[in-house]
Amino acid sequence: MKENVILSFEDLDVRFTLRGQVLNAIRGISLDVYRGESLAIVGESGSGKSVLTRSAMGLLDANGSIAGGHIWYDGRDLAAFRTEKEWLAVRGREIAMVMQDPMTSLNPLKTVGAQILEAVRLHQGLRGAAARAAAVQALADVGISDPETRYKQYPHEFSGGMRQRVVIAIAIACRPKILICDEPTTALDVTIQAQILDLVRSLQKKLGLTTVYITHDLGVVANVADRIAVMYAGDIVEVGSCDEVFYDPRHPYTWALLSSLPQLGAKGETLYSIQGTPPNLFHEVRGDAFAPRNPQALKIDFLKRPPYFDVSPTHRARTWLLDPRAPRVEPPEHIRRLRERGGGGYV
Amino acid sequence: MSETREKLLEVRDLTVTFGSRRHPFRAVDGVSFDIRRGETFGLVGESGSGKTTIGRAIIRVDPVSGGTIKYGGEIISGRVSRQTDRRVIRNIQMVFQDPMASLNERAKVDYIVSEGLYSLHKHMPEAERRERVAKALGDVGLLPEFAGRFPHEFSGGQRQRIGIARALIMEPEFIVADEPVSALDVSIRAQVLNLMSRLQRERGLTYLFISHDLSVVRFISDRIAVIYRGKLMELARSEQLFDHPLHPYTRALLSAIPMPDPARERTKKLLVYDPSQHGYTEADPPLWEELEPGHFVRGSRRELDAYRKTLL
Repeated sequence: MKENVILSFEDLDVRFTLRGQVLNAIRGISLDVYRGESLAIVGESGSGKSVLTRSAMGLLDANGSIAGGHIWYDGRDLAAFRTEKEWLAVRGREIAMVMQDPMTSLNPLKTVGAQILEAVRLHQGLRGAAARAAAVQALADVGISDPETRYKQYPHEFSGGMRQRVVIAIAIACRPKILICDEPTTALDVTIQAQILDLVRSLQKKLGLTTVYITHDLGVVANVADRIAVMYAGDIVEVGSCDEVFYDPRHPYTWALLSSLPQLGAKGETLYSIQGTPPNLFHEVRGDAFAPRNPQALKIDFLKRPPYFDVSPTHRARTWLLDPRAPRVEPPEHIRRLRERGGGGYV
Repeated sequence: MSETREKLLEVRDLTVTFGSRRHPFRAVDGVSFDIRRGETFGLVGESGSGKTTIGRAIIRVDPVSGGTIKYGGEIISGRVSRQTDRRVIRNIQMVFQDPMASLNERAKVDYIVSEGLYSLHKHMPEAERRERVAKALGDVGLLPEFAGRFPHEFSGGQRQRIGIARALIMEPEFIVADEPVSALDVSIRAQVLNLMSRLQRERGLTYLFISHDLSVVRFISDRIAVIYRGKLMELARSEQLFDHPLHPYTRALLSAIPMPDPARERTKKLLVYDPSQHGYTEADPPLWEELEPGHFVRGSRRELDAYRKTLL
């Protein structure tokens, strides 16, 4: 493993068994997460973005399992973990997670302080007054004013944004190396959302965290990401720096996703929309999974799964369009405009 | 151009109060606006701002405690005749946010879509009802044979189409759409927005489009009203509102919209709105005034004068 890589997925397959049928949720993903970076995994519902990160925390549902490949972290293969005891050494302590809805990730019957204390005791090994002080400090760290008073309050006494700050405080209290934020702001109002994203960014800097965001909101991605991985049907179809993916996308799915944003449309015009539905992952996917919905798909897209083609040292995409033998296919108009302006194409 | 169109809905000093008499809570507080026939009127606000309550007051679900709502010149709020009540049901329909939660999961699509017909046209022949269900499904791009299936057999986008079909079958003039695309994925969202625009063009529908998502509202609306804690802060044509936002709350809201553009996100300046910044007093209370044609703002005399200067 390269020196600057902190977490590495290698040819990972994750399967779920539902009513005797096998669903291939993750289909051979390889992805490196670099130390200290902020990586955003973008995809629509069912693309497997949550499954991918959950597999690195041993949080797959009981009917799901890693069917192949490796997840390297700190010299260990997390994919080989079998017991809960092994996971407890990593989950929370090394890799922590902030979930979407702060209403459901906090215990309504315990004070906020008690919930942070639990994390502090378990992961930092502190006891008594020292543990309490650390928990109060954690509240202060996430920007909650008057932490001494707030410590004794219950989740219902907090607003949505404040509750999400508490969830972040719990995650941070364990001093993890990697913080996974699964749709951290989806349930919040826009003004609060911006504040939470700022908070995570400042904590990342202060604590030297690596952050992985999982989101479907491309506005959030543009705000937080150093690098972006675009997921479709259990696969990463494109990965690159934030600017590369927004201003010079190469995979037809990325084109379609960006083009269908209302921010790019003008009132009265028909918005670009992707026809059809994602493939059924209970069946084997042949070729490029996006081909059936791609009006410009090539013949080979239906037959053979494309490999990754490098666009730059940091940018690669899994599409036959990048093969030197492929015909020249122009991206949709909106995307061409973005490319020309290198940004500024959004209203 | 829209200024010359007939006023379809007139809301005047609307107040909706919840809670007990001793602890009243004003969810909507003195709100006034008009919606013209054929336009899309966007209502934007954060959670708890009262935007949904306004929609529910219009369809006569939440009781109005002050002010009036007129539809086609006739008062439809408060106590009305049975005839008026039926008129509201027939002409005003609602589309809800979460297509998972708003469809009866134990009923077939056929029943879900025709439920309104059952209650309003009790004596409609079965053959005609079926025909109308098939037509409504076709109008939203679904196949007629879907009528025999259950909601769980559909994707989120398809379910929202069923929700729209259920409203369309009543042949309404006016649709209150409460966060109709918020629960949908980006690509599906585009399909549903396009469908709504197409239906509006084809049938001259009027929409009240309620949402927290400014970029969606901007795309679909002719005019936008911004609501905060039960009060309207600003109302203007979409372009006016985005090009010249006047009220500090509108400005804060616009500054926070996440834009899918890294260069812009890097340089973005977040504005924070502090409701105490106005310093309203008895002598200088907030007013609701039209500062330029079609552009209304809430503010005190002093504030309104300052806003006027920025428009020159």
